[in-house]
Amino acid sequence: MGEFESPLWEDLSFTYIGSRQVKELNSIDWQAFALTIRLAAVVAVILLTVGIPIAYWLSFSRWRWKFLAEALVALPIVLPPTVLGFYVLIALGPRSPVGRWWQTLTGHTLAFTFEGLVIGSIIYSLPFAVQPFAASFASVDKKLVAASATLGASRLRTFFRVILPLSISGLVTGVALSFAHTMGEFGVVLMVGGNIPGVTRTVSIDIYDKVQAFNFAAANATALLLLLISFVVLSAVYAWNRRMMWLCK
Amino acid sequence: MRTADDTLSVQLRKRFAQGFELHVEFAIPPGITILFGPSGAGKTTLLNCIAGLDAPDSGRLTAGRRVFVDKAQGVNLAIRARRVGYVFQDLALFHHLTIDKNIHYGLAGLDDNEKRRRAGAILESFRIPNIHTRKPAEISGGERQRVALARALVTDPCVLLLDEPLAALDAATKSKIIDDLRTWNQAHSIPILYVTHSREEVFALGERVLVMENGRIIAQGTPHQVMSAPRLETVAQLAGFENIFNARVVAAHPGRGTMTCQIENSALELETPLVRAEVGSALRVGIRAGDILLATTAPVGLSARNVLPGRILSLVQRDVIAVARIDCGVEVEVHLTLAARDSLHLQPGGEVWLVVKTHSCHLMAT
Repeated sequence: MGEFESPLWEDLSFTYIGSRQVKELNSIDWQAFALTIRLAAVVAVILLTVGIPIAYWLSFSRWRWKFLAEALVALPIVLPPTVLGFYVLIALGPRSPVGRWWQTLTGHTLAFTFEGLVIGSIIYSLPFAVQPFAASFASVDKKLVAASATLGASRLRTFFRVILPLSISGLVTGVALSFAHTMGEFGVVLMVGGNIPGVTRTVSIDIYDKVQAFNFAAANATALLLLLISFVVLSAVYAWNRRMMWLCK
Repeated sequence: MRTADDTLSVQLRKRFAQGFELHVEFAIPPGITILFGPSGAGKTTLLNCIAGLDAPDSGRLTAGRRVFVDKAQGVNLAIRARRVGYVFQDLALFHHLTIDKNIHYGLAGLDDNEKRRRAGAILESFRIPNIHTRKPAEISGGERQRVALARALVTDPCVLLLDEPLAALDAATKSKIIDDLRTWNQAHSIPILYVTHSREEVFALGERVLVMENGRIIAQGTPHQVMSAPRLETVAQLAGFENIFNARVVAAHPGRGTMTCQIENSALELETPLVRAEVGSALRVGIRAGDILLATTAPVGLSARNVLPGRILSLVQRDVIAVARIDCGVEVEVHLTLAARDSLHLQPGGEVWLVVKTHSCHLMAT
């Protein structure tokens, strides 16, 4: 233990400046960062489009078994990512109908590809988009929805003209949370994507790799940057929501 | 202009899990009809059924020749196809849209020129000033009410439902808005159902009134018929009869057009209008506190048939009236002006005479 302690403490102290810092910046795997941001952005955009109808249905359906769907959507919050990743890997593999269909379509399996990673991440981050969406849809004053209907509007028009504009803060929160959550995912990526540079090696995998190789300084720089990005994204969302609340008063 | 074709005809039944049942049958012609009743009577539920926001269990609902609901035929017209204008209690203006966009909301599908023409006409009818680019939160309460009315009426509805939309306004603003609504309806002639639980509004606004209690219509007619001469005690309480007594018919005097009723548990006898009731039968007598005169000496030479000696139990001021409670065998509430109280030097414990005209005694079934 003793021989690991000294480099770790030395590398984690932020008092030094100069050439070592430059070296650390150079040790950051920018390719992994670009890939992670691309993955998070694709997932956030897809969740915005897929999550809205799911959230609408969850907020307004009167189906008696709706609670089952709600539990299913919330499942990724409590499941270990490895469990989720494992089943996604099986589902994408050549023995599953989905995997076979994809293989005949593209000639390769979904596992260990960027597309596979996107699918896994969508499932993994689904509740982080759907729950804020659904909460904001449900909090729109029912009288406004009723007023819209009595003024001759269809459900679709009511949704786009009344419900959606009044749910902007929930939409922004959902998109930002799913973006940030995807940025930081590890277990699902490891199971579904493996560790292929430029294809599936995300920042969190990269950090894990660097720690495994005792490259604490590089791991620290990467982890710190990831932490900063996540913090900036979340504080921007909370600041924006606060401003919206003031504006709506 | 007004024809039976524009009548709103309602006949419906809806049961709720908590045991409440809405069961009504009525028809209202064009013009303002007041729907009056205490909170929880089912007024809003009734409006929601007419607008289509709530579905009745059974019944039929028509506006002119248009059928909204006919459960027997399986007809249930979609809300947006009914063309029912509905102004909610809290107005439900779209607070994220400007006044202009609120008013244009119901005009989707029309071209821009037509939208502008119609919106312009309604803004003028309801005297809405140049506030088009503002949001609902940036205009006054009276303006918001006008915008809510304009938003509903610009769509040219065939029925208008108003759920206490003016409850929060002062009397002057309220009556101006109602005047504008009346003027608008002289040209359009649609049935307007106006919900209120204020009895002042019933007299001020309505050509007709429906009284609702516990999910049913318990009385209907002109405000005067229904409110001034109620035949049911529930209506009487709503209409503001402070004094309601159980009584028994002691004697009928067909020659005088009156009868004598004895108030239960007292020796007090009142001369009341003659109605078709057997001697010995039970009924109720309602007397408005404001219809009773007070005298400090025994009055003579009066046309009023009932002069009752009594003693003042208490005398309190409520707003601009003095409320006296007087024991004359039974306890009676009397309302006086403050001036009358002072000029008569009324004091608790003082001797007084109550003077009640025969026709101030309203008889009701028990």
